[in-house]
Amino acid sequence: MINQGEILSTIKMIESENLDVRTITMGLSLRDCIDTDANKSCDKIIKKITTYAKDLVKTGEEIEAEYGIPIVNKRISVTPISLIAESSDAKSYVCYAKALDKAAKEVDVDFLGGFSALVEKGFTKGDRILLDSIPEALAQTDVVCSSVNIGGTKSGINMDAVKQMGQIIKKTADLTKDKDGLGCAKLVVFTNAVPDNPFMAGAFHGVGEGECVINVGVSGPGVVRSVLKDLKGLPFDEVAETIKKTAFKITRIGQLVAKEASMRLGATFGIVDLSLAPTPAVGDSVARILEEMGISACGAHGTTAALALLNDAVKKGGVMASSNVGGLSGAFIPVSEDEGMIEAVRKGSLTLDKLESMTCVCSVGLDMIALPGHTPAETISAIIADEAAIGMVNSKTTAVRIIPVPGKNVGDMVEFGGLLGSAPIMPYSSESSIDFINRGGRIPAPLHALKN
Amino acid sequence: MRAILTVIGKDTVGIIASVSHILAKLNINILDINQTVLQEYFTMIMLVDYKASSVSFEQIKTELNNVGDEIGMVIRIQREEIFDSMHKL
Repeated sequence: MINQGEILSTIKMIESENLDVRTITMGLSLRDCIDTDANKSCDKIIKKITTYAKDLVKTGEEIEAEYGIPIVNKRISVTPISLIAESSDAKSYVCYAKALDKAAKEVDVDFLGGFSALVEKGFTKGDRILLDSIPEALAQTDVVCSSVNIGGTKSGINMDAVKQMGQIIKKTADLTKDKDGLGCAKLVVFTNAVPDNPFMAGAFHGVGEGECVINVGVSGPGVVRSVLKDLKGLPFDEVAETIKKTAFKITRIGQLVAKEASMRLGATFGIVDLSLAPTPAVGDSVARILEEMGISACGAHGTTAALALLNDAVKKGGVMASSNVGGLSGAFIPVSEDEGMIEAVRKGSLTLDKLESMTCVCSVGLDMIALPGHTPAETISAIIADEAAIGMVNSKTTAVRIIPVPGKNVGDMVEFGGLLGSAPIMPYSSESSIDFINRGGRIPAPLHALKN
Repeated sequence: MRAILTVIGKDTVGIIASVSHILAKLNINILDINQTVLQEYFTMIMLVDYKASSVSFEQIKTELNNVGDEIGMVIRIQREEIFDSMHKL
Protein backbone atom coordinates (compact mmCIF):
# COMPACT_ATOMS: atom_id res chain seq x y z
CA MET A 1 0.00 0.00 0.00
CA ILE A 2 1.13 3.57 -0.64
CA ASN A 3 2.39 5.11 2.55
CA GLN A 4 0.13 7.01 4.88
CA GLY A 5 1.98 10.32 4.49
CA GLU A 6 1.52 10.31 0.74
CA ILE A 7 -2.17 9.51 0.96
CA LEU A 8 -2.75 12.26 3.49
CA SER A 9 -0.69 14.76 1.47
CA THR A 10 -2.92 14.18 -1.57
CA ILE A 11 -6.03 14.66 0.55
CA LYS A 12 -4.58 17.85 2.06
CA MET A 13 -3.85 19.27 -1.41
CA ILE A 14 -7.44 18.68 -2.48
CA GLU A 15 -9.19 19.67 0.75
CA SER A 16 -7.22 22.68 1.94
CA GLU A 17 -5.02 23.85 -0.93
CA ASN A 18 -7.65 24.00 -3.70
CA LEU A 19 -6.05 21.39 -5.95
CA ASP A 20 -8.44 20.71 -8.79
CA VAL A 21 -8.75 19.81 -12.41
CA ARG A 22 -9.90 23.12 -13.83
CA THR A 23 -11.53 21.72 -16.91
CA ILE A 24 -12.21 18.74 -19.11
CA THR A 25 -12.65 20.28 -22.55
CA MET A 26 -14.01 18.27 -25.45
CA GLY A 27 -12.58 19.51 -28.75
CA LEU A 28 -15.02 18.80 -31.55
CA SER A 29 -14.59 19.26 -35.27
CA LEU A 30 -17.57 20.90 -36.96
CA ARG A 31 -16.13 20.60 -40.46
CA ASP A 32 -18.87 18.18 -41.48
CA CYS A 33 -21.53 20.73 -40.45
CA ILE A 34 -20.82 23.11 -43.33
CA ASP A 35 -23.85 23.90 -45.51
CA THR A 36 -24.80 26.64 -47.98
CA ASP A 37 -28.01 27.04 -45.97
CA ALA A 38 -27.15 28.61 -42.59
CA ASN A 39 -30.22 27.10 -40.89
CA LYS A 40 -29.29 23.61 -42.01
CA SER A 41 -25.70 24.19 -40.90
CA CYS A 42 -26.88 25.32 -37.44
CA ASP A 43 -29.11 22.25 -37.13
CA LYS A 44 -26.16 20.01 -37.98
CA ILE A 45 -24.02 21.81 -35.38
CA ILE A 46 -26.63 21.36 -32.64
CA LYS A 47 -27.08 17.69 -33.54
CA LYS A 48 -23.34 17.00 -33.59
CA ILE A 49 -22.61 18.71 -30.27
CA THR A 50 -25.56 17.15 -28.45
CA THR A 51 -24.60 13.72 -29.78
CA TYR A 52 -20.87 13.75 -29.08
CA ALA A 53 -21.01 15.67 -25.80
CA LYS A 54 -24.19 14.20 -24.33
CA ASP A 55 -22.26 12.28 -21.64
CA LEU A 56 -19.46 14.82 -21.09
CA VAL A 57 -20.82 16.35 -17.88
CA LYS A 58 -22.01 13.01 -16.45
CA THR A 59 -18.62 11.39 -17.16
CA GLY A 60 -16.82 14.34 -15.55
CA GLU A 61 -18.96 14.01 -12.45
CA GLU A 62 -18.38 10.26 -12.25
CA ILE A 63 -14.60 10.70 -12.44
CA GLU A 64 -14.84 13.45 -9.84
CA ALA A 65 -16.70 11.13 -7.46
CA GLU A 66 -14.52 8.07 -7.99
CA TYR A 67 -11.16 9.79 -7.62
CA GLY A 68 -12.24 12.45 -5.16
CA ILE A 69 -10.73 15.25 -7.23
CA PRO A 70 -12.91 18.28 -8.07
CA ILE A 71 -13.37 18.89 -11.80
CA VAL A 72 -14.52 22.50 -11.80
CA ASN A 73 -15.67 22.96 -15.40
CA LYS A 74 -16.75 20.81 -18.32
CA ARG A 75 -16.36 22.65 -21.61
CA ILE A 76 -16.49 22.24 -25.37
CA SER A 77 -14.28 23.80 -28.04
CA VAL A 78 -15.22 23.73 -31.72
CA THR A 79 -13.67 24.48 -35.10
CA PRO A 80 -13.43 28.27 -35.64
CA ILE A 81 -16.92 29.25 -36.78
CA SER A 82 -15.61 31.58 -39.51
CA LEU A 83 -14.50 28.43 -41.37
CA ILE A 84 -17.82 26.61 -40.85
CA ALA A 85 -20.12 29.52 -41.66
CA GLU A 86 -18.17 30.90 -44.59
CA SER A 87 -19.87 28.73 -47.26
CA SER A 88 -23.32 29.73 -46.05
CA ASP A 89 -25.56 32.49 -47.32
CA ALA A 90 -25.69 34.18 -43.88
CA LYS A 91 -24.88 37.90 -43.67
CA SER A 92 -24.41 37.68 -39.91
CA TYR A 93 -23.16 34.74 -37.86
CA VAL A 94 -25.12 35.58 -34.71
CA CYS A 95 -27.43 32.66 -35.61
CA TYR A 96 -24.42 30.33 -35.37
CA ALA A 97 -23.55 31.70 -31.91
CA LYS A 98 -27.13 31.11 -30.79
CA ALA A 99 -27.02 27.53 -32.12
CA LEU A 100 -23.79 26.93 -30.18
CA ASP A 101 -25.33 28.43 -27.04
CA LYS A 102 -28.42 26.23 -27.37
CA ALA A 103 -26.35 23.07 -27.89
CA ALA A 104 -24.02 23.91 -24.99
CA LYS A 105 -26.96 24.46 -22.65
CA GLU A 106 -28.59 21.24 -23.75
CA VAL A 107 -25.53 19.22 -22.70
CA ASP A 108 -25.11 21.46 -19.63
CA VAL A 109 -21.46 22.48 -20.14
CA ASP A 110 -20.07 25.60 -18.47
CA PHE A 111 -18.58 27.22 -21.59
CA LEU A 112 -18.23 26.62 -25.31
CA GLY A 113 -15.37 28.23 -27.21
CA GLY A 114 -14.81 28.61 -30.92
CA PHE A 115 -16.80 31.59 -32.15
CA SER A 116 -13.44 32.41 -33.63
CA ALA A 117 -11.49 33.58 -36.65
CA LEU A 118 -7.82 33.24 -37.59
CA VAL A 119 -6.87 36.47 -39.37
CA GLU A 120 -3.16 36.81 -38.58
CA LYS A 121 -2.31 37.47 -42.21
CA GLY A 122 -5.56 38.69 -43.72
CA PHE A 123 -9.34 38.38 -43.88
CA THR A 124 -11.58 36.13 -45.92
CA LYS A 125 -15.26 36.90 -46.45
CA GLY A 126 -16.23 34.64 -43.54
CA ASP A 127 -13.65 36.21 -41.22
CA ARG A 128 -15.09 39.68 -41.83
CA ILE A 129 -18.67 38.57 -41.16
CA LEU A 130 -17.57 36.75 -38.00
CA LEU A 131 -15.71 39.76 -36.62
CA ASP A 132 -18.70 42.01 -37.33
CA SER A 133 -20.97 39.53 -35.53
CA ILE A 134 -18.90 39.23 -32.31
CA PRO A 135 -20.48 42.04 -30.22
CA GLU A 136 -24.06 40.92 -30.83
CA ALA A 137 -23.14 37.24 -30.57
CA LEU A 138 -21.62 37.76 -27.12
CA ALA A 139 -24.49 39.97 -25.98
CA GLN A 140 -27.17 37.50 -27.09
CA THR A 141 -25.60 34.29 -25.75
CA ASP A 142 -24.51 33.18 -22.28
CA VAL A 143 -21.85 30.51 -22.53
CA VAL A 144 -20.33 31.06 -25.99
CA CYS A 145 -16.76 32.38 -26.02
CA SER A 146 -15.02 34.11 -28.89
CA SER A 147 -11.40 34.51 -29.91
CA VAL A 148 -9.55 36.12 -32.80
CA ASN A 149 -5.94 35.41 -33.73
CA ILE A 150 -4.47 38.63 -35.10
CA GLY A 151 -0.77 37.83 -35.26
CA GLY A 152 1.95 35.24 -35.12
CA THR A 153 5.70 34.72 -35.28
CA LYS A 154 5.41 33.27 -38.78
CA SER A 155 2.87 35.76 -40.08
CA GLY A 156 3.53 39.11 -38.44
CA ILE A 157 0.71 41.24 -37.07
CA ASN A 158 -2.46 42.10 -38.98
CA MET A 159 -2.81 45.74 -37.90
CA ASP A 160 -6.17 46.14 -39.67
CA ALA A 161 -7.49 43.35 -37.43
CA VAL A 162 -5.84 45.00 -34.39
CA LYS A 163 -7.67 48.24 -35.18
CA GLN A 164 -10.98 46.46 -35.61
CA MET A 165 -10.61 44.46 -32.39
CA GLY A 166 -10.37 47.71 -30.40
CA GLN A 167 -13.72 48.77 -31.86
CA ILE A 168 -15.25 45.31 -31.35
CA ILE A 169 -14.23 45.27 -27.68
CA LYS A 170 -15.78 48.71 -27.16
CA LYS A 171 -19.00 47.70 -28.90
CA THR A 172 -19.21 44.43 -26.97
CA ALA A 173 -18.80 46.33 -23.70
CA ASP A 174 -21.53 48.74 -24.76
CA LEU A 175 -24.00 45.99 -25.74
CA THR A 176 -23.45 44.27 -22.38
CA LYS A 177 -23.31 47.45 -20.28
CA ASP A 178 -26.12 46.25 -18.01
CA LYS A 179 -23.67 43.52 -16.90
CA ASP A 180 -20.62 45.83 -16.62
CA GLY A 181 -19.32 44.84 -20.06
CA LEU A 182 -19.30 41.13 -19.23
CA GLY A 183 -19.32 40.24 -22.95
CA CYS A 184 -15.66 41.30 -23.13
CA ALA A 185 -14.74 38.64 -20.55
CA LYS A 186 -15.75 36.09 -23.18
CA LEU A 187 -13.53 37.57 -25.91
CA VAL A 188 -9.80 36.98 -26.36
CA VAL A 189 -7.43 38.55 -28.89
CA PHE A 190 -4.54 36.16 -29.56
CA THR A 191 -1.11 36.13 -31.09
CA ASN A 192 0.27 32.65 -31.79
CA ALA A 193 -3.04 31.06 -30.72
CA VAL A 194 -2.80 27.35 -29.92
CA PRO A 195 -5.23 24.83 -31.44
CA ASP A 196 -5.62 22.58 -28.38
CA ASN A 197 -6.13 25.04 -25.52
CA PRO A 198 -8.70 23.75 -23.00
CA PHE A 199 -9.00 27.10 -21.16
CA MET A 200 -11.58 29.81 -21.79
CA ALA A 201 -12.32 32.19 -23.23
CA GLY A 202 -9.69 31.32 -25.84
CA ALA A 203 -10.39 27.64 -26.57
CA PHE A 204 -11.09 26.56 -30.13
CA HIS A 205 -10.59 23.25 -31.93
CA GLY A 206 -7.79 23.75 -34.46
CA VAL A 207 -8.11 22.61 -38.05
CA GLY A 208 -5.29 20.06 -37.67
CA GLU A 209 -6.98 18.38 -34.71
CA GLY A 210 -8.89 15.09 -34.80
CA GLU A 211 -12.64 14.54 -34.85
CA CYS A 212 -13.25 14.48 -31.09
CA VAL A 213 -10.49 15.09 -28.58
CA ILE A 214 -10.29 15.43 -24.81
CA ASN A 215 -7.97 18.15 -23.47
CA VAL A 216 -7.53 18.70 -19.75
CA GLY A 217 -6.36 21.77 -17.85
CA VAL A 218 -5.01 21.29 -14.33
CA SER A 219 -4.65 23.86 -11.62
CA GLY A 220 -3.08 24.22 -8.23
CA PRO A 221 -1.50 27.57 -7.29
CA GLY A 222 -2.49 26.89 -3.66
CA VAL A 223 -0.45 23.69 -3.58
CA VAL A 224 2.66 25.42 -4.97
CA ARG A 225 2.36 28.26 -2.50
CA SER A 226 1.96 25.87 0.38
CA VAL A 227 5.20 23.98 -0.40
CA LEU A 228 7.11 27.25 -0.80
CA LYS A 229 6.10 28.32 2.71
CA ASP A 230 8.58 25.74 4.05
CA LEU A 231 11.47 27.16 1.99
CA LYS A 232 11.84 30.62 3.49
CA GLY A 233 15.31 32.09 2.87
CA LEU A 234 16.57 29.16 0.79
CA PRO A 235 18.24 29.76 -2.61
CA PHE A 236 16.27 29.77 -5.87
CA ASP A 237 17.71 26.42 -7.00
CA GLU A 238 15.73 24.79 -4.21
CA VAL A 239 12.62 26.85 -4.99
CA ALA A 240 12.76 25.69 -8.63
CA GLU A 241 13.31 22.05 -7.66
CA THR A 242 10.39 22.09 -5.24
CA ILE A 243 8.02 23.70 -7.77
CA LYS A 244 9.05 21.10 -10.36
CA LYS A 245 8.23 18.22 -8.03
CA THR A 246 4.88 19.76 -7.11
CA ALA A 247 4.00 20.47 -10.75
CA PHE A 248 4.78 16.85 -11.54
CA LYS A 249 2.27 15.61 -8.96
CA ILE A 250 -0.42 18.04 -10.07
CA THR A 251 0.02 17.14 -13.73
CA ARG A 252 -0.12 13.41 -13.04
CA ILE A 253 -3.67 13.91 -11.81
CA GLY A 254 -4.46 15.78 -15.04
CA GLN A 255 -3.01 12.92 -17.07
CA LEU A 256 -5.06 10.35 -15.13
CA VAL A 257 -8.29 12.31 -15.57
CA ALA A 258 -7.60 12.98 -19.27
CA LYS A 259 -6.94 9.31 -20.04
CA GLU A 260 -9.95 8.15 -18.07
CA ALA A 261 -12.29 10.75 -19.59
CA SER A 262 -11.19 10.09 -23.17
CA MET A 263 -11.56 6.33 -22.70
CA ARG A 264 -15.06 6.61 -21.21
CA LEU A 265 -16.21 9.10 -23.84
CA GLY A 266 -14.71 7.20 -26.76
CA ALA A 267 -12.65 10.25 -27.73
CA THR A 268 -8.96 10.68 -28.47
CA PHE A 269 -6.75 11.84 -25.60
CA GLY A 270 -5.39 15.19 -26.75
CA ILE A 271 -3.18 17.04 -24.29
CA VAL A 272 -2.79 18.06 -20.69
CA ASP A 273 -2.33 21.80 -20.28
CA LEU A 274 0.14 22.32 -17.44
CA SER A 275 -1.20 25.64 -16.36
CA LEU A 276 -1.33 27.20 -12.94
CA ALA A 277 -4.75 28.79 -13.22
CA PRO A 278 -5.84 30.85 -10.22
CA THR A 279 -9.37 31.43 -8.93
CA PRO A 280 -10.68 34.33 -6.84
CA ALA A 281 -10.72 32.01 -3.78
CA VAL A 282 -8.26 32.98 -1.05
CA GLY A 283 -5.22 30.68 -1.25
CA ASP A 284 -5.63 29.88 -4.95
CA SER A 285 -3.53 32.75 -6.26
CA VAL A 286 -0.48 32.94 -8.54
CA ALA A 287 0.36 36.40 -7.13
CA ARG A 288 0.69 34.90 -3.66
CA ILE A 289 3.23 32.34 -4.98
CA LEU A 290 5.37 35.22 -6.29
CA GLU A 291 5.05 37.00 -2.95
CA GLU A 292 6.03 33.78 -1.15
CA MET A 293 9.37 34.00 -3.01
CA GLY A 294 10.14 37.17 -1.09
CA ILE A 295 8.55 40.23 -2.69
CA SER A 296 6.24 42.14 -0.37
CA ALA A 297 3.52 42.67 -2.99
CA CYS A 298 2.99 41.42 -6.52
CA GLY A 299 4.24 44.07 -8.93
CA ALA A 300 7.28 45.06 -6.86
CA HIS A 301 10.71 44.86 -8.53
CA GLY A 302 11.61 41.18 -8.78
CA THR A 303 8.10 40.08 -9.78
CA THR A 304 9.01 39.35 -13.40
CA ALA A 305 12.01 37.22 -12.39
CA ALA A 306 9.92 35.31 -9.86
CA LEU A 307 7.26 34.65 -12.52
CA ALA A 308 9.88 33.51 -15.03
CA LEU A 309 11.20 30.95 -12.56
CA LEU A 310 7.69 29.76 -11.69
CA ASN A 311 6.62 29.43 -15.33
CA ASP A 312 9.70 27.46 -16.29
CA ALA A 313 9.64 25.15 -13.28
CA VAL A 314 5.96 24.32 -13.84
CA LYS A 315 6.74 23.25 -17.41
CA LYS A 316 9.81 21.22 -16.46
CA GLY A 317 7.96 19.39 -13.69
CA GLY A 318 4.83 18.83 -15.70
CA VAL A 319 6.33 17.71 -18.97
CA MET A 320 7.46 14.34 -17.64
CA ALA A 321 4.14 13.71 -15.93
CA SER A 322 2.08 13.66 -19.10
CA SER A 323 2.46 11.77 -22.35
CA ASN A 324 1.21 14.77 -24.33
CA VAL A 325 1.61 18.32 -23.14
CA GLY A 326 0.08 21.22 -25.01
CA GLY A 327 -2.29 24.15 -24.78
CA LEU A 328 -0.91 27.23 -23.09
CA SER A 329 1.07 25.46 -20.34
CA GLY A 330 2.51 27.91 -17.84
CA ALA A 331 1.37 30.36 -15.19
CA PHE A 332 -1.73 32.47 -15.79
CA ILE A 333 -2.02 36.02 -14.50
CA PRO A 334 -5.67 37.04 -14.96
CA VAL A 335 -6.14 40.05 -12.71
CA SER A 336 -9.82 39.71 -11.76
CA GLU A 337 -9.55 35.95 -11.21
CA ASP A 338 -6.64 36.09 -8.78
CA GLU A 339 -7.21 37.31 -5.23
CA GLY A 340 -3.56 38.36 -4.80
CA MET A 341 -3.51 40.30 -8.09
CA ILE A 342 -6.72 42.14 -7.17
CA GLU A 343 -5.20 43.14 -3.84
CA ALA A 344 -1.94 44.24 -5.53
CA VAL A 345 -3.79 46.43 -8.05
CA ARG A 346 -5.90 47.89 -5.26
CA LYS A 347 -2.92 49.01 -3.26
CA GLY A 348 -1.13 50.33 -6.34
CA SER A 349 1.81 47.93 -6.48
CA LEU A 350 0.68 46.26 -9.71
CA THR A 351 0.23 48.43 -12.80
CA LEU A 352 -0.66 47.81 -16.42
CA ASP A 353 2.98 48.42 -17.42
CA LYS A 354 4.27 45.85 -14.95
CA LEU A 355 1.65 43.34 -16.09
CA GLU A 356 2.84 43.85 -19.66
CA SER A 357 6.41 43.02 -18.72
CA MET A 358 5.21 39.96 -16.78
CA THR A 359 3.50 38.67 -19.93
CA CYS A 360 6.94 38.35 -21.56
CA VAL A 361 7.77 35.44 -19.27
CA CYS A 362 4.49 33.65 -18.59
CA SER A 363 2.07 31.65 -20.65
CA VAL A 364 -0.59 34.18 -21.58
CA GLY A 365 -1.01 37.94 -21.65
CA LEU A 366 -3.00 40.88 -20.34
CA ASP A 367 -5.92 38.92 -18.99
CA MET A 368 -9.15 40.06 -17.33
CA ILE A 369 -8.09 43.66 -16.95
CA ALA A 370 -10.78 46.26 -16.33
CA LEU A 371 -10.26 49.73 -17.83
CA PRO A 372 -12.43 52.87 -17.63
CA GLY A 373 -15.46 52.77 -19.94
CA HIS A 374 -14.24 55.85 -21.80
CA THR A 375 -10.95 54.22 -22.89
CA PRO A 376 -10.59 55.03 -26.64
CA ALA A 377 -10.87 52.09 -29.05
CA GLU A 378 -7.47 53.08 -30.51
CA THR A 379 -5.84 52.82 -27.08
CA ILE A 380 -7.26 49.31 -26.65
CA SER A 381 -5.95 48.46 -30.14
CA ALA A 382 -2.53 49.82 -29.20
CA ILE A 383 -2.48 47.69 -26.04
CA ILE A 384 -3.31 44.68 -28.24
CA ALA A 385 -0.51 45.64 -30.66
CA ASP A 386 2.04 45.82 -27.83
CA GLU A 387 1.05 42.38 -26.57
CA ALA A 388 1.05 40.98 -30.10
CA ALA A 389 4.60 42.29 -30.58
CA ILE A 390 5.73 40.51 -27.40
CA GLY A 391 4.14 37.27 -28.61
CA MET A 392 5.47 37.59 -32.14
CA VAL A 393 9.06 38.35 -31.21
CA ASN A 394 9.28 35.82 -28.36
CA SER A 395 7.55 33.01 -30.30
CA LYS A 396 4.96 32.61 -27.56
CA THR A 397 1.22 32.91 -27.17
CA THR A 398 -0.07 36.22 -25.91
CA ALA A 399 -3.69 36.99 -25.26
CA VAL A 400 -5.52 40.20 -24.48
CA ARG A 401 -8.80 40.11 -22.58
CA ILE A 402 -9.69 43.65 -21.61
CA ILE A 403 -12.99 45.00 -20.33
CA PRO A 404 -13.63 48.75 -20.76
CA VAL A 405 -16.36 48.85 -18.13
CA PRO A 406 -19.16 51.24 -19.19
CA GLY A 407 -19.73 54.07 -16.74
CA LYS A 408 -16.84 53.12 -14.44
CA ASN A 409 -13.67 55.04 -13.70
CA VAL A 410 -10.25 54.49 -12.20
CA GLY A 411 -10.64 53.47 -8.55
CA ASP A 412 -14.05 51.84 -9.01
CA MET A 413 -14.49 48.09 -8.64
CA VAL A 414 -16.35 45.80 -10.98
CA GLU A 415 -17.86 42.44 -9.97
CA PHE A 416 -18.18 39.73 -12.61
CA GLY A 417 -18.94 36.92 -10.18
CA GLY A 418 -18.01 33.24 -10.15
CA LEU A 419 -14.64 32.22 -11.58
CA LEU A 420 -14.36 35.61 -13.35
CA GLY A 421 -14.05 37.37 -9.98
CA SER A 422 -13.82 41.13 -9.49
CA ALA A 423 -11.40 43.83 -10.63
CA PRO A 424 -10.35 47.35 -9.76
CA ILE A 425 -10.54 49.69 -12.79
CA MET A 426 -6.95 50.40 -13.86
CA PRO A 427 -5.55 53.57 -15.44
CA TYR A 428 -4.09 53.64 -18.97
CA SER A 429 -1.70 56.09 -20.64
CA SER A 430 -3.59 59.23 -21.61
CA GLU A 431 -1.26 59.87 -24.57
CA SER A 432 -2.81 59.20 -27.98
CA SER A 433 -2.14 56.17 -30.20
CA ILE A 434 -4.73 57.18 -32.82
CA ASP A 435 -2.35 57.94 -35.72
CA PHE A 436 -0.40 54.75 -35.00
CA ILE A 437 -3.49 52.55 -35.15
CA ASN A 438 -4.99 54.31 -38.17
CA ARG A 439 -2.04 53.30 -40.36
CA GLY A 440 -3.37 49.75 -40.75
CA GLY A 441 -1.56 47.21 -42.92
CA ARG A 442 0.70 44.52 -41.56
CA ILE A 443 3.75 44.46 -39.32
CA PRO A 444 6.07 41.99 -41.09
CA ALA A 445 7.10 38.73 -39.43
CA PRO A 446 10.42 38.94 -37.55
CA LEU A 447 13.65 37.60 -39.03
CA HIS A 448 13.63 34.52 -36.80
CA ALA A 449 10.40 33.38 -38.51
CA LEU A 450 12.63 32.29 -41.41
CA LYS A 451 13.82 29.04 -39.88
CA ASN A 452 13.75 26.76 -42.93
CA MET B 1 -11.21 -2.34 -8.47
CA ARG B 2 -9.23 -1.10 -5.50
CA ALA B 3 -9.81 2.04 -3.52
CA ILE B 4 -8.29 3.87 -0.59
CA LEU B 5 -10.63 4.58 2.27
CA THR B 6 -9.61 7.20 4.82
CA VAL B 7 -11.30 7.79 8.14
CA ILE B 8 -10.24 10.91 10.01
CA GLY B 9 -11.61 12.52 13.16
CA LYS B 10 -11.62 12.55 16.95
CA ASP B 11 -10.98 9.10 18.45
CA THR B 12 -13.95 7.32 19.92
CA VAL B 13 -15.10 3.76 20.69
CA GLY B 14 -16.26 1.59 17.80
CA ILE B 15 -14.88 3.37 14.72
CA ILE B 16 -13.33 0.27 13.17
CA ALA B 17 -16.39 -1.79 14.07
CA SER B 18 -18.78 0.66 12.36
CA VAL B 19 -16.64 0.99 9.23
CA SER B 20 -15.99 -2.76 8.90
CA HIS B 21 -19.68 -3.45 9.43
CA ILE B 22 -20.79 -1.26 6.54
CA LEU B 23 -18.01 -2.59 4.30
CA ALA B 24 -19.12 -6.16 5.00
CA LYS B 25 -22.72 -5.19 4.29
CA LEU B 26 -21.67 -3.73 0.92
CA ASN B 27 -19.55 -6.82 0.18
CA ILE B 28 -16.32 -4.79 0.06
CA ASN B 29 -13.18 -6.70 0.98
CA ILE B 30 -10.54 -5.11 3.24
CA LEU B 31 -7.01 -5.81 1.92
CA ASP B 32 -4.91 -3.73 4.30
CA ILE B 33 -5.41 -1.47 7.30
CA ASN B 34 -3.14 1.21 8.75
CA GLN B 35 -4.27 3.12 11.81
CA THR B 36 -2.76 5.73 14.13
CA VAL B 37 -3.99 7.92 16.97
CA LEU B 38 -2.10 11.16 17.46
CA GLN B 39 -3.25 13.48 20.27
CA GLU B 40 -6.78 12.02 20.22
CA TYR B 41 -6.83 12.46 16.45
CA PHE B 42 -7.74 9.21 14.76
CA THR B 43 -6.51 8.41 11.25
CA MET B 44 -7.29 5.13 9.57
CA ILE B 45 -6.35 4.22 6.03
CA MET B 46 -7.75 1.10 4.42
CA LEU B 47 -7.01 -0.49 1.08
CA VAL B 48 -10.24 -2.12 -0.10
CA ASP B 49 -11.46 -4.08 -3.09
CA TYR B 50 -15.01 -3.27 -4.20
CA LYS B 51 -15.08 -5.58 -7.24
CA ALA B 52 -17.63 -7.92 -5.67
CA SER B 53 -19.90 -5.15 -4.44
CA SER B 54 -23.22 -5.01 -6.23
CA VAL B 55 -23.91 -1.32 -5.61
CA SER B 56 -22.49 1.65 -7.54
CA PHE B 57 -19.48 3.68 -6.41
CA GLU B 58 -21.81 6.62 -5.79
CA GLN B 59 -23.95 4.46 -3.52
CA ILE B 60 -20.87 3.23 -1.62
CA LYS B 61 -19.86 6.86 -1.05
CA THR B 62 -23.31 7.78 0.24
CA GLU B 63 -23.44 4.81 2.65
CA LEU B 64 -19.97 5.63 3.98
CA ASN B 65 -20.89 9.30 4.39
CA ASN B 66 -23.93 8.28 6.41
CA VAL B 67 -21.81 6.13 8.72
CA GLY B 68 -19.28 8.97 8.98
CA ASP B 69 -22.03 11.36 10.08
CA GLU B 70 -23.28 8.86 12.67
CA ILE B 71 -19.89 8.40 14.34
CA GLY B 72 -18.65 11.96 13.79
CA MET B 73 -15.78 11.07 11.42
CA VAL B 74 -14.93 12.16 7.88
CA ILE B 75 -14.86 9.07 5.65
CA ARG B 76 -13.54 9.34 2.10
CA ILE B 77 -13.22 6.70 -0.56
CA GLN B 78 -11.10 7.34 -3.65
CA ARG B 79 -9.92 4.97 -6.36
CA GLU B 80 -6.35 3.85 -5.71
CA GLU B 81 -5.03 5.15 -9.05
CA ILE B 82 -5.12 8.81 -7.98
CA PHE B 83 -2.53 8.12 -5.27
CA ASP B 84 -0.51 5.80 -7.48
CA SER B 85 -0.30 8.31 -10.30
CA MET B 86 0.71 11.13 -7.98
CA HIS B 87 3.32 9.34 -5.87
CA LYS B 88 4.73 6.49 -7.99
CA LEU B 89 6.83 6.81 -11.11
